[in-house]
Amino acid sequence: MKRLLKRFLPPYRGRIALGVCFKLVEVVFDILNPLVVAYMIDRGVGGRDAGLVLRCGLLLVLFAAVGWSFTMVCQRMAAVVSQATGTDLRRALFEKVNELSAEDVDRFGTPSLVTRVTNDVNQIQVAVALGIRQLVRFPLIAVGAMVSALLIDWHLGVVFLACTPAIGLVFYLVMSRSVPYFRVMQRKLDKVSLVTREALSGVRVIRAFGREQAEKDRFSEAASDQAQTAIDVGRLSSVLNPATFLVMNLGIVCILWAGGIRVDAGELTQGQVMAFVNYMMQTLTSVAYIANLVVIFTRATASGQRIMEVLDCVPKVTDEGNRRLALSGGAPAISLAGVGFSYEGAKVPALTGVTLELGRGQTLGVIGGTGSGKSTLARLIARLYDPTEGTVEVLGHDVAAYPFDQLREVVSIVPQQASLVSGTIRSNLSWRDEGATDEELWDALEAAQAADFVRAKPAGLDEVVEAGGRNFSGGQRQRLTIARALVGSPRICILDDSASALDFKTDARLRHALRERAGAMTSVVISQRVSSVMHADLICVLDHGRMVGLGTHEELLDGCPLYREIAESQLGAKEVA
Amino acid sequence: MPNPYAASATASAVMATVRGGSGGPKGPGAPDDLDVSGYGAGVVLRRVLGYVGPHAWSLVLAFLLNVVSVLLQLYAPILVGRGIDRIVAARAVDFAALAPVLRELVAVAVVAAATSWLAGYLTNRLAYETVRDLRIDAYDKLHALPLSFIDAHAHGDLLSRVVNDVDQVGDGLLQGFTQLFSGIVTIAGTLAFMFSISVPVAVVVVCVTPLSILVASLITHFSAESFKAQQGLQGRLSGYAEEMISNQKLVSAFGRQRACVGEFSGINDELYGVGVRAQFVSSFSNPSTRLVNNVVYAIVAMVGVSAVITGFPSALSVGQVQSFLSYTNQYMTPFNQISAVVTQVQTAFASARRLFALLDATDEEPDAPDAAELADARGEVAFEGVGFAYDREKAARGELLLQDIDFSMPAGASFALVGPTGCGKTTLINLLLRFYDVDRGRIIVDGSDTRRLTRRSLRAAFGMVLQDTWLFEGTIADNIAYGRPDATRDQVVEAAKRAHAHKFVVQLPDGYDTVVGEGGGMLSAGQRQLLCIARVMLADPAILLLDEATSSIDTRTERQVQRAFDEMMEGRTSLVVAHRLSTIQNADCILVIRDGRIAERGTHEELLARGGFYAELYRSQFAE
Repeated sequence: MKRLLKRFLPPYRGRIALGVCFKLVEVVFDILNPLVVAYMIDRGVGGRDAGLVLRCGLLLVLFAAVGWSFTMVCQRMAAVVSQATGTDLRRALFEKVNELSAEDVDRFGTPSLVTRVTNDVNQIQVAVALGIRQLVRFPLIAVGAMVSALLIDWHLGVVFLACTPAIGLVFYLVMSRSVPYFRVMQRKLDKVSLVTREALSGVRVIRAFGREQAEKDRFSEAASDQAQTAIDVGRLSSVLNPATFLVMNLGIVCILWAGGIRVDAGELTQGQVMAFVNYMMQTLTSVAYIANLVVIFTRATASGQRIMEVLDCVPKVTDEGNRRLALSGGAPAISLAGVGFSYEGAKVPALTGVTLELGRGQTLGVIGGTGSGKSTLARLIARLYDPTEGTVEVLGHDVAAYPFDQLREVVSIVPQQASLVSGTIRSNLSWRDEGATDEELWDALEAAQAADFVRAKPAGLDEVVEAGGRNFSGGQRQRLTIARALVGSPRICILDDSASALDFKTDARLRHALRERAGAMTSVVISQRVSSVMHADLICVLDHGRMVGLGTHEELLDGCPLYREIAESQLGAKEVA
Repeated sequence: MPNPYAASATASAVMATVRGGSGGPKGPGAPDDLDVSGYGAGVVLRRVLGYVGPHAWSLVLAFLLNVVSVLLQLYAPILVGRGIDRIVAARAVDFAALAPVLRELVAVAVVAAATSWLAGYLTNRLAYETVRDLRIDAYDKLHALPLSFIDAHAHGDLLSRVVNDVDQVGDGLLQGFTQLFSGIVTIAGTLAFMFSISVPVAVVVVCVTPLSILVASLITHFSAESFKAQQGLQGRLSGYAEEMISNQKLVSAFGRQRACVGEFSGINDELYGVGVRAQFVSSFSNPSTRLVNNVVYAIVAMVGVSAVITGFPSALSVGQVQSFLSYTNQYMTPFNQISAVVTQVQTAFASARRLFALLDATDEEPDAPDAAELADARGEVAFEGVGFAYDREKAARGELLLQDIDFSMPAGASFALVGPTGCGKTTLINLLLRFYDVDRGRIIVDGSDTRRLTRRSLRAAFGMVLQDTWLFEGTIADNIAYGRPDATRDQVVEAAKRAHAHKFVVQLPDGYDTVVGEGGGMLSAGQRQLLCIARVMLADPAILLLDEATSSIDTRTERQVQRAFDEMMEGRTSLVVAHRLSTIQNADCILVIRDGRIAERGTHEELLARGGFYAELYRSQFAE
């Protein structure tokens, strides 16, 4: 938290100082108020001086007006500084998230990153604003009131020295017990949400198995558990206000009794006793506000830590210092030498010892079961991850030597998850090339077998795409993501199991269209379907991260038992033979 | 009426749309079944009080304690004033009179604190107990609604009703009302005490009241407006961040970071402007309240002290001036509190309306009163002229997604459904399990129309493995035993072995006791599917429904699972939806669905020989 403030607050140092200084003026007036009233009573009533009363009254009004305008300067500074800090933080975080490698994003998890960019930054914003507005105000009022009381009469001031720690202790005891509970309560509420979400997502399974009652019981338990914790916390924290009231009034009783003795002895005036009573009220209310600040700052510190975790993260994959490369003609399109990769914390490597070479314009098929390392291979070629062993070369250069911009131009990928972002079909398709013409877009759509349904849309290329592309069916989404990868004429296109939602006929037409582009484009087709890869120039068979076969369909049928087994299972033994 | 969903496409498209979280397009003129317009404030309040019913005594007690506590808290400044009046000057302090006043003050402070704590505790407990009851009812409702309702409404919206809206009702309608109530008592009490001390000075305070209320309401008004703008932008920013961060890999694979950050910064900068405004406007509130307070304080001090000196406009003691000053010091607080609570109460009403709209949605049509139990199902299934559409209006107009579906499966037969994506194969499963009811024709299981059977017994006869695997947060063992909670560990392990899930389960950190997260987080898609298969294996149903069940499983394991399925299908009726032709070549009959009708039927060989649509589909597998 300290580092975060050190990094983001300095540009606003001047405004913070200005705000705090202006706030101080109001605090001084707040502390002077009871003294003025005491003076009014002692001199005014004692001296029967109505003119003095009027002057003092106007002075109070003046204090109020000046205090207000000074405070508003402080409020303005607080608003500007806190929002500016929040804006800077959000931008820094979002930029950072975009620099992170896929692996880092996996480690944090998307929802957690979104929370950090939004909620956590808001917490910091609130803390910064309150810090400027109140962090100085309330402690100073408490201290100022106490000091004034001691200055008026230190004998009576002792009552303050007893009451303030007493109320402080009450707050400490209650809060140190209840604050940790809030986290527990949040967790229990999360459980309630979880069970509800599961009831919605699993509605078919729950009903199919007739488990409604069991789910209801589970929810009832979670909801009751949460309610009980909330009640327990409530019982504890509802002590605070009454306790403050009690201590305050007991303090006033002491002031009145002891004050009576001092007044009787002629050491103190009636007006001063009143000032004491007012200071007592001011001090104890301030303690309550300070307690509130503690809660907010505790929360903000946790948020600050979560934000710094992201900002401190050094991206695993960078292109720092890489210059644009000249691409010569001769080298193979893709060349892998002893490539291996392990996910962080995984015991077994996801991929190991893959060596192969693919000529330009050729098609590489990659086949294997779930968890065989197919997608990892795709991500290594596109340099979403860096291999933990071996090298990946594209068009004669190590992928790590490319600047990202150039590598993205050369290599395009159709990820397994067919996701689009909100916008229009056109805006989604132009991701690789902002200036792509309609002709180029339609050409890509034709190749991806998506032209028909896009043409059928009333707005054509300008048809709106909702977040995640949810207004398109799975198969349509998949074809649009393929078209997106083909725009901007990539030299290499990787299709990561991206025909799974297509029926065999569409899949076949897609393969045909890709083949027609083969002169200019090298394809990598990753699939679980034999039919998708069997016509490739080179097929790589993966099994639990190892390459167990490399060759053409015919070669593999003879030489690779696993491939043969897969082919027989999918195509039928007769067809294979 | 369940919401008719404009299902122009297919069941799976409906699912995809719904999962994506949109309400989806509604049929023209379709009545919104979550319409909240019919809920007046009175109705809402009565219903919320209905939930309070069982705890009515604590509600009444809390209110009474509140009144006592507030009045005592207001009485304290009067005692302080009396005390001060006993301390006039040197050698003029009346200790004999001061002592009882202070004793009284101690008693008042203790009783006020105790009643205030008890009232707070009771209200709090009442609120959370009511929240719990409301929440359980709302949740139970989800299980009573027809599937068409769940499919047609964004899950996020339903979730938010059960979780957030219920909380709002608790906060706003219960705690908010208590605060509103004590605020009003405070204002009334303060006025009464002030008038009892001095009518003229009280009148001065009352005259300033409209000014303070005006200031407070102006600030609330302006800040509400800019807060709304801020919230809108905040929502846009979160939405954008969410979308882009969840697609971060895609963004970096396409080198779109700069464009992304640019767009984000645009929204972010806009948010800055609106945020500063919203925060600044709302931060007028406290200083301005203090300003009004301080001015009133000064006026009361002036008028009060001159009254002490001159006896005009009425005789007043110094102690009474002190009481007045205490009152003015806290005079604005209840007004502020009330205006804050009013907003909260309004939000709570809106939430309560959303909640009751959910609670009042039409339940799934209950089983017929004379519905029979389907016991020891043999597994004969027949569709007779079945027609169906998701969209109620299209159904009424006869534009059906599925029509003239006619086939009959003898017990033990294995049937396969084939056809292009979105031809309605998944819909058949929805109809069989009565997640939806047919619009035309009927479905017969073991000789009875499924609508004449209890849903529970009908569904118990089926075992299904869907395309979307569903695991809940719990152990692997609990997930496998989902259909048979009484199964022993041995039975669970046996089922897992038969589904070829055992091998990976024992490699997990805690084996069968490993807790899997929502949606099965740490497991691969294939592993999740294996667990779902094990679940069905353990449930041992008469009829199997497999919806592309084997599409993402490890190819080799798949063969073994296939073998296990074959064994299980032995003697059971099965209906398989699959793209993979190899898995259905052994089917007794293949139904080729196209454009909502059965286009072809027969065995693999028969269909190939016929040279129709199926043969074409089949050949395209090998096309270059």
